[in-house]
Amino acid sequence: MGVRVVAGLPADPAGRLELARGLLRRMEDRSAAVRAAPVPEADGRVLPVAEPLARLLPAGGLRRGSTVALPPGPAATSLLFALIAEASAGGAWAAVVGRPGLGLVAAAEAGVRLERLALVPEPGPDLVAVVVALLDGMDVVAVAGAERVRAAERQRLAARARQRGAVLVALGSWPGADLELACTDVGWHGLGTGAGRLRERRVGVRVRGRGTAAAGRSGAVLLPGPDGAVAPAPRGPAVAPLREVERVAG
Amino acid sequence: MSRPATPTRVLALWSPDWPVTAAAMAARVPTHRPAAVVVANRVLACSAVARAHGVRRGLRRREAQARCPDLAVLAPDPDRDARAFEPVVAAVEELAPGVEVVRPGLVALPARGPVSWFGGELEAAEALVDQVAARTGVECQVGVADGLFAAVLAARRALIVAPGDTPAFLAPLGVEELDREPDVDRSELVGLLRRLGLRSLGAFAALDPEDVASRFGADAVLCHRLARGLDPRPPVRRTPPEELAVEVELDPPVDRVDAAAFAARGLAERLHRTLASHGLSCTRLGVAARTVGGEELHRIWRCAEPLTPAGTVDRVRWQLDAWLTRRRRAGDLPDEAEGGAVALLRLVPEETVTAGALQLGLWGDVGEADERAGRALVRVQALLGPESVVTAVLVGGRDPDEQVRFVPWGDDRDLGLPAPAAEPPERRLRPAGSDASAPAGEERTWASSGPDVAPAGWPEDVVRSTGRVSAADLPEAERMRTTNRRRRVPAPRRPAGRPVPRDPPPSWPGRLPAPSPATVPPRPIPAELTAADGSPVRLRAPDLLLGLPGFVAVDGGAPRRVQGWAGPWPVQQRWWEGRSEASRLQVALDDGGALLLVFRDDRWWVAGEYD
Repeated sequence: MGVRVVAGLPADPAGRLELARGLLRRMEDRSAAVRAAPVPEADGRVLPVAEPLARLLPAGGLRRGSTVALPPGPAATSLLFALIAEASAGGAWAAVVGRPGLGLVAAAEAGVRLERLALVPEPGPDLVAVVVALLDGMDVVAVAGAERVRAAERQRLAARARQRGAVLVALGSWPGADLELACTDVGWHGLGTGAGRLRERRVGVRVRGRGTAAAGRSGAVLLPGPDGAVAPAPRGPAVAPLREVERVAG
Repeated sequence: MSRPATPTRVLALWSPDWPVTAAAMAARVPTHRPAAVVVANRVLACSAVARAHGVRRGLRRREAQARCPDLAVLAPDPDRDARAFEPVVAAVEELAPGVEVVRPGLVALPARGPVSWFGGELEAAEALVDQVAARTGVECQVGVADGLFAAVLAARRALIVAPGDTPAFLAPLGVEELDREPDVDRSELVGLLRRLGLRSLGAFAALDPEDVASRFGADAVLCHRLARGLDPRPPVRRTPPEELAVEVELDPPVDRVDAAAFAARGLAERLHRTLASHGLSCTRLGVAARTVGGEELHRIWRCAEPLTPAGTVDRVRWQLDAWLTRRRRAGDLPDEAEGGAVALLRLVPEETVTAGALQLGLWGDVGEADERAGRALVRVQALLGPESVVTAVLVGGRDPDEQVRFVPWGDDRDLGLPAPAAEPPERRLRPAGSDASAPAGEERTWASSGPDVAPAGWPEDVVRSTGRVSAADLPEAERMRTTNRRRRVPAPRRPAGRPVPRDPPPSWPGRLPAPSPATVPPRPIPAELTAADGSPVRLRAPDLLLGLPGFVAVDGGAPRRVQGWAGPWPVQQRWWEGRSEASRLQVALDDGGALLLVFRDDRWWVAGEYD
């Protein structure tokens, strides 16, 4: 993987530079056996994300120090697993706070290393304190129930993530998030009327936020694919929205 | 210390077959099931039940299984044996001081103290056996004799040898008793003595010590002393763990976290100096505090890696933080001024390892990132309690919720259970009869090697009730060809000295294939499944729907239209636990959602949501 990412090039030079930097970091991360200690400042270091999703993300992965929102909707949980799977397989630590009833078999099928996935199902009233503590040590912290968190606390958490170089994933709406990922056009395959079984789901993933065009980007993936992990959709439609292509042409 | 002319009275407490007892406790093998610990394909130790079936020490594994087909074969683990023995030692220590652990399964102590306390050797023995059984549920035997060697032999026979009778007790025993210690190999000496016609300890003891020394060497002199009922060395008292504990009186009492943490820093450094001078490092740290009001707080911190001084300080600080914060939150604020402040702080190393074990991984196994993550999680544990941070371990099971166990952070993730079968997903078993649309070449179920063979891992009563033959009963060659032929190639013969091969992972027939539901509600949510005309859809038989599903309403919500469905697939398991039988149904909804429904107790439940 890796090379085909250029298919979804952002048009502006800044986006290109960012993507190239992200790719370089990924290569370095991959080749180095020992992961360097994360520097406590977002510097473009990127946590790798599985290929079909990586091409949709502006940095080619989860940029450290950024905040990602997964608003409630279909396939939100699968999207979370798909986002952290590649990083987790590479040795990153992830934590999920305030989300009991996570389907961990599905997480393992998506490629998440369960021994590096810490769960705090019931943070109670200490949600913010728990998240702050986790941001100190984890690479990815996913928080559910963040709607109850006050705006000031939200900003504090985002600043903390930026400072510690962690990725904060909000399972729910999070005003001011760097990126927002949502699934649209969800459709399951494999189930008939009384026959078959659920095999794969084709979803359109829509990414909006910093580093993407105003209309956002979208692309179709299989989430989950037949083996439980995210997979490219059989006939991949164009990744970049039409408007950008026009600008390149002009 | 000068060597006493006559050996002291020693009381030995011996738990028979300790490796088996410990392994069976760890693997949760019931006591009535025969069990054996096998090393290098030979039986190292077996339980009494297994012995009744003819299993003996030194038997080959296969021969032992032939004599006793339902023998539970367990792997050796000296560390586990020692760990599991610790509660027994602690139980003995409550009644008698100066306990020396000879090896896991055997402790010795000077008999004088408990005997005079309980008023007799028999009474002391009885009290100790009762105490150990009551505290730990472990059966043990006690022997009292002059000297450790004789006491151990007496314990094996559950005898109390009267003072002075020890040489007479030892004389008729065979010389092979000298070779009972697992760490010392004296088989050569024993063989030599037997060839010389010295078959009993008495005959050996009758030799002149000078002759023994000139003919057999230093170890034989020691054995000769043993055989004569003399002690090679007096029992060394086990260093009580309290000696390693450090404590500090806080005067004035501390009610602020930062001040307490400052005190903790000095204390942690003292603890680590003490430990370092003993060549130890700590893997379980007990943090204890006493408040001014007399309240005793205690919490034990387990850690996967030995603690560094900084790690100790962190844990003490977090613990105090948690205690003081909780108190404040609980509304004890008025009390705090007089009663809530910490007056005494104490660190107890509950479990220690030799300091050499503190070795970081070469290639970042226990790298900085892992350490940081571990510290963050420990920190959350301090805030919310040790059970609040968990990681998941996949275990065998059929339903999504059965396949996951949660392990608190810091605990051992190896549950001692067989791992779920790690097979490529396309070969994963699918619900019986579910797959009309599957390509023919992919079809493969558990019954494919012949309908009459039950897969490995089925309980025996299930096997019997279904009229199948247990795979374990088949000849070895056939067993290799059963359920999961592609995955399990016949294992090559292992050379001696390797650990016991584990049982193959159970295949859990009827398990739902991937993809699994991404949300598994902690408890099933009630759902209503109705046909297009609004009439409820139920089951006529476990695998037969009464009506076509048209709408699903989850937990009293608005009905959602069903687009496709498959099933019902009956699940019959655990009826011996009183669980009623269930049927599963996958439904895809036209809003893009999909649900795993279970019909149990005459209604539908949502067991998983594919979101």
